[in-house]
Amino acid sequence: MPTADTETKGPGATSDHPSGDDRFELLDKAMRRGRYGQDQLIEVLHVAQEVFGYLSEDLLLYVARALRLPPSRVYGVATFYHLFTFDPPGDHSATVCTGTACFVKGANDVVDALAREHRVAPGSTTEDGRFTLKTARCLGSCGMAPVVVVDGEVRGHLHADAAIDEVAARLATTDDRDSEEAV
Amino acid sequence: MADPIDLDHVTSLEREAQSRYAHRALVCSSTACLSAGAAGVRAALESDLEASDRSSDVQVVASGCPGLCSRGPLVRVETRGLEPTLYEHVDDEAASTIAQQHLIEGRERAEVSSIEPSLPFYAKQVKVVLRNAGLIDPDRLEDYVAAGGYRALSNALRTMTPEQVIDEVDASGLRGRGGAGYPTARKWRLLHDAVAAPDQPKYVIANGDEGDPGAYMDRTIMDSDPHLVLEGLSLAAYATGASKGYLYVRAEYPLAIERLERAIRSAKRAKLLGRSVLGSDFAFDVEVRVGAGAFVCGEETALMASIEGRRGLPELRPPYPTERGLWNQPTMINNVETLANIPAIVGDGAAAFAAIGTPESRGTKVFALAGSLENTGLIEVPMGISLREIVFDMGGGIPDGRTFKAAQTGGPSGGCIPEQFLDSPVDYEHLQQLGSMMGSGGLVVMDDSVSMPEVARFYMEFCRDESCGKCAPCRVGTVKMFDFLDRICRGDGRPRDLWHLESLCKTVRATSLCGLGQSAPNPVFSTLDHFRDEYLALLREESLAAPAPAGVVDADSLPTWGDDA
Repeated sequence: MPTADTETKGPGATSDHPSGDDRFELLDKAMRRGRYGQDQLIEVLHVAQEVFGYLSEDLLLYVARALRLPPSRVYGVATFYHLFTFDPPGDHSATVCTGTACFVKGANDVVDALAREHRVAPGSTTEDGRFTLKTARCLGSCGMAPVVVVDGEVRGHLHADAAIDEVAARLATTDDRDSEEAV
Repeated sequence: MADPIDLDHVTSLEREAQSRYAHRALVCSSTACLSAGAAGVRAALESDLEASDRSSDVQVVASGCPGLCSRGPLVRVETRGLEPTLYEHVDDEAASTIAQQHLIEGRERAEVSSIEPSLPFYAKQVKVVLRNAGLIDPDRLEDYVAAGGYRALSNALRTMTPEQVIDEVDASGLRGRGGAGYPTARKWRLLHDAVAAPDQPKYVIANGDEGDPGAYMDRTIMDSDPHLVLEGLSLAAYATGASKGYLYVRAEYPLAIERLERAIRSAKRAKLLGRSVLGSDFAFDVEVRVGAGAFVCGEETALMASIEGRRGLPELRPPYPTERGLWNQPTMINNVETLANIPAIVGDGAAAFAAIGTPESRGTKVFALAGSLENTGLIEVPMGISLREIVFDMGGGIPDGRTFKAAQTGGPSGGCIPEQFLDSPVDYEHLQQLGSMMGSGGLVVMDDSVSMPEVARFYMEFCRDESCGKCAPCRVGTVKMFDFLDRICRGDGRPRDLWHLESLCKTVRATSLCGLGQSAPNPVFSTLDHFRDEYLALLREESLAAPAPAGVVDADSLPTWGDDA
């Protein structure tokens, strides 16, 4: 149906959502499922982060409006919980578990080694956007300490040197990402 | 509408189906084994069997956790007429060997290393909560029912009044497994006697916000036997008159969340949840709520705020949740492990449960063994067992030629127990006397390479980061305590820093709003009590230029972030 709306859609967009971005459709669906209940805010933010990768200010405003909550409340909740992030994640990520068992087995060395190797502070992304270093509070795989989650894959007994190699291998796999994007 | 599930019928169907198989191969599909490659092992088993003509003889099951995580991936093979075999360190190649030799050729045991049942790690365990873990498929309701599941609920609904259920729990002597050890039946009675506003439900909540680093008992219970938690929660609801339940789970446990949600769906289909549970007048509905990474949400008032979609800030108690809880209605919060004990107590009777453990602390406790030990993983032991038995017999002692230094229990709220107290029994009172606490059940063993002031600093950093910021003693105190500890660990500490630290610890303990702040000084107190020398050694000489102790990174030596070099 040709309307003024379709004009504003990005090239090739086929979304039913006015923004032209299908991802909002997924978010709307999650909110509908929760009947736009205000107590669903944390669940909705989880979905938003999963779909968009991070919570931008616009996204938080969108959620606030949909759930009829003041933006301050949404911002307050989003910033209170550690798992929500407000910056775009890097292409690759490593999350080092810093729970007690991993601490005993040298998790701090792993964090420091990765930080030095990639010149990135824990909790942030390299300038080229290739790699995000994160830490987590106990992933409950203490039998495998030290544990690092590399690109979503839980890896046990990963000491500093092995962690550096593992991340390097991941980064190498998509060195051709520019050519991928061109496709 | 379909009829509610007929437990006996399902059991006999399931047993019959299982009896058609000569072997049942259970591949641990809990978090630790999955990260060690259990999914590939299962695929290898299945494809090898597929390639032979024996695949209809073998039932391959993605099971819960058999406990000995450090030897994973674990594969348990049950063969008709034989003792089961628990294979360890199974990689893809070993999986093929098991498939070929044990499952296809039918040898008694494949040439793959296996764990003897006589290993103290297993022999000393008494299983109540973990009785199904590793033996059933957590994703199949039928498997749980065939193992005797939902009988306690069904019997209670038919033959017991809610008061009788509470009396049974009372007689068992069960105390809260979240750490503090409050008598469970007393809490249940408070909710039972509380009255909700007209047309409003009373609530029961399973606290699965297991935030203590180094603890994963609740996660394993939830991802290995989700229906057990559901049945326990349903019994709690029936006994207290609650009609709505929540399972509050950390977002860090995606597998537990997925399995609980699947369990709820299948329980609803079987009429084990819903408007008329098993055809009775009892109505109960359950929802999973996911946290978002905040340790303080394990505190019950903060947890309720989080379920309501707000920041997890604790409130002053009283009023207690049983008076005014979720959406101002009477609410009761029980730890996941506490609830997982209920089906056994109600089903098998309080006497059997009370026969385990000590007079003050009855039953069993699940511990997550971690740190410097030969065997790490999950154990369930009778209360009153000594720490020495846990560490040296079950845990197999300290590897790499190192010696034992301390056992840490209770996480950031607990303390470190040194060698000379290893013979004291593990129960609520004794651990408290030692300046530690039962906590939720994390037990991290530290060897002589670990510096105790650094351990204290580690926990204080945790509490500092996790303080919600509502009350000043905790918000400011944890930062200052961390600063003192950091200075001491870096060798810059002066004697008066230690004095200030101790005095501040006392203030924070006495004046904080909730348990997080009140217990944050515990690791400092206990390490000072038992390892004061280590602090003094760091203080002595007053040297300004002393090198940092091993393992401590000097902040100045780190590269400057974003520096264009």
